[in-house]
Amino acid sequence: MKKRNAYIWTMRCLMWLAAGVTTSLTLFLLTFVLIKGVPNITWELLSTKPSYLRGTVGILPDILNTLYIILTMLLFALPLGVGAAIYLTEYATNKRLVGMIEYAAETLSGIPSIIYGLFGSLFFCQFMDLDKSLLAGALTLVIMNLPTIMRTTQESLKTVPQSYREGAFGLGAGKWRVIRTVVLPNCVEGVITGCILSVGRIVGESAALLFTAGFAHALNGFFEGLFSSGSTLTVALYVYATEEGNFEVAFAIAAILMILTLLINLSATLIGKYFERKSKV
Amino acid sequence: MKSNKVFERAVHGIFLILGLVTVACVLLITVYLVISGIPAILEIGLLDFLFGMIWDPAASNPQYGILPFILSSIYGTVGSLVIGVPVGFFTAVYLSKKASPKVKEWMGAAVSLLAGIPSVVYGLVGMMVLVPGIREVFHLPDGASLLAAMIVLAIMILPSIIKVSITALDAVPKEYEDASLALGATPEETWFRVSVPAAKSGIATAVVLGVGRAIGEAMAVMMVSGNVANMPKLFESVRFLTTAVSSGMGYADGLYREALFSIALVLFLFIMLINATLNFFLKGEKK
Repeated sequence: MKKRNAYIWTMRCLMWLAAGVTTSLTLFLLTFVLIKGVPNITWELLSTKPSYLRGTVGILPDILNTLYIILTMLLFALPLGVGAAIYLTEYATNKRLVGMIEYAAETLSGIPSIIYGLFGSLFFCQFMDLDKSLLAGALTLVIMNLPTIMRTTQESLKTVPQSYREGAFGLGAGKWRVIRTVVLPNCVEGVITGCILSVGRIVGESAALLFTAGFAHALNGFFEGLFSSGSTLTVALYVYATEEGNFEVAFAIAAILMILTLLINLSATLIGKYFERKSKV
Repeated sequence: MKSNKVFERAVHGIFLILGLVTVACVLLITVYLVISGIPAILEIGLLDFLFGMIWDPAASNPQYGILPFILSSIYGTVGSLVIGVPVGFFTAVYLSKKASPKVKEWMGAAVSLLAGIPSVVYGLVGMMVLVPGIREVFHLPDGASLLAAMIVLAIMILPSIIKVSITALDAVPKEYEDASLALGATPEETWFRVSVPAAKSGIATAVVLGVGRAIGEAMAVMMVSGNVANMPKLFESVRFLTTAVSSGMGYADGLYREALFSIALVLFLFIMLINATLNFFLKGEKK
């Protein structure tokens, strides 16, 4: 009996200890970064570009570059990912082909971002002659995020009841019409979740962008920006922290990234809950 | 009516092409890595490349041995597992079985936050807190070391281990647990002796995912490990496979640059091996 009690208490304590470590780590990271970073976020930092003449640092170009990359990547990845998911759930009949596509998607999601960076710099920057540009970076990220968008869309397509499709077919609709009017409107949830997850991944991505998008801080418009080199927030953080030793700016960016991560997670949860409630009604 | 059929065929074809894009990407990446990685290996010699102990491409008699990188990556990954897996495992059991729904929701959010924090932020905090901390505690000239990398990686793999383990533990049929409880086992005994063994392939998947994430991480490791091409020692500055690629890419040329592609190829093969293991466990789960 004594031995049994000892076992129970050891396991209990280990569980509390582990859960405590995880929680306190998260809280520490959150508060440390916010306390060190938030005081350094000024309007000047957010609204200007770096100026060597005045010796000031601004991260407006990096914020814009991040937005440009997100937009471009979604522009390419959405049709590709949603299309692939539709093919897999609506058209594919050959099991081996489905298995192959799913295996490829799994492989893609396992490849580390540094290898994407290397591949991107070889293929998009050199072979396709885009040089180091936001477009090359965004295209690299398209490949990286394709599996995510594909998987979330696929999951939500699977929840569309078969009877909806059969009903539409029975009324004489062609396959494309069924997809356009019945299937697509019902997979909005998966598409949105996929977008949020990808945006989160892009906001946090650095290794894949370092060699494909470069690290210039020039202030550009959208189309100009696409074809010129530019750093996103994470890459800027890395450069400020390691190459320039400017930790105030680095922590300010870290705090911004932390807040963005919180917002992205929150919206993913809220959207999940919203659709869950909707599907119950 | 005929044009309708042609139209449907065309749509089918378009979706087929969209579906095959992922396969094409994998092939393209593999082909590119192999083609760009092979020449340097041939020039240096496979054995000298993989098992050479000295990496010094800038010397007058340059040497390209990547054994230090391979071993650092392996040691770093194993170290991060030793620290991270127990913490992740017990947290997962706690959250899946013991925690109240409210605690589960809040800690789930905390774990998601941990998963979403960009790796450069981990690197930055590691640089400012962990590296000086290790220097003070162990009285070292520099705290940027293999140990620092292990700890940062352990924190970074924590969320994937916790999340995937929770999914596996939640899926254990309630009847198993009820039967064990009815036979007189306490809840703790039931969780660790019935639920955990029942979820073991899912937990193994979680660990393998952690391995993949640890071995592929570049930026955070680069910021805390000092980035010197030493043979791995716990308190010395080291360079991983990933950081070897990223630190050289900016300025390398000639054979040096090609050797970096070969390192990427070696890393890619490691990842493929991990993927194969992952599939093995996933298949086991389905059965």
